[in-house]
Amino acid sequence: MIEWFTWVQLAVAFPAGLLCVVLGLAGRRPADLTMGALALVEVLLLGQVVVSIVAPLAGNAPTGSALEFWVYLVTAAIIPPLAIVWGLVDRSRWSTVTLGVAALAVGVMLYRMYQIWFVQVA
Amino acid sequence: MTTTTSTRSTGLGRVLIAVYGLLALAATGRSVFQLLDDFEKAPVAYSLSALAAVVYILATIALIAPGSRWYRIAVLTIGFEFVGVIVVGLLSIYDPVLFPAKTVWSGFGKGYGYVPLVLPVLGMIWLYLHRPSAAKAAPTTSAAA
Repeated sequence: MIEWFTWVQLAVAFPAGLLCVVLGLAGRRPADLTMGALALVEVLLLGQVVVSIVAPLAGNAPTGSALEFWVYLVTAAIIPPLAIVWGLVDRSRWSTVTLGVAALAVGVMLYRMYQIWFVQVA
Repeated sequence: MTTTTSTRSTGLGRVLIAVYGLLALAATGRSVFQLLDDFEKAPVAYSLSALAAVVYILATIALIAPGSRWYRIAVLTIGFEFVGVIVVGLLSIYDPVLFPAKTVWSGFGKGYGYVPLVLPVLGMIWLYLHRPSAAKAAPTTSAAA
């Protein structure tokens, strides 16, 4: 993990999550903005996968358990695609809320990953 | 003629299913990690955690699938995990060695934002509102949901 990149991801995931939940409760169906937000979260997660593979080779390794980190990262990376598919299949306001819940969950996972990489000792 | 029991997957029920799916995914991931990494440290707690993950997966499926059999499975799984989170929550306070902090039901689901505690309550309310007899008696409630 790279610290500033993680902060960028958190700064995208949490506002995107809140935005989608609010828009969903307000009755908006999944649209470019909400689906695009989840797509952006996913792109950043895929970037995080690359970073997390390369960083230890450059001397930046997690202080905590690498296995635990990767379980979180793989789980997080599965979530936005599932949410987006959900939004395509069920075009209701509740799908928009689901997009939001998914983004918030990814945010929480990113925060846990941050702790495992930078704070926790294995 | 109509599958009225499938109304439990409409509207807000979809969000419930989504959150259950998310919890199932997170609990399974965490459980896999614990079983691989640290099993000897707390075999009882981690085995229970694995069971919880399986139950969450079943609950998610049972909420999605229509029919009264899946309805009963949903009631059983959601009821089971509610009892589980309460019992393990209490045990993790009184015997932290047997139940260390990092399982899905420890501290009443504290590590998961208390979602494991609140979600089954919401789930049971939802199931009660969409119980098969209610759906047959007043099919218009599905439109309101």
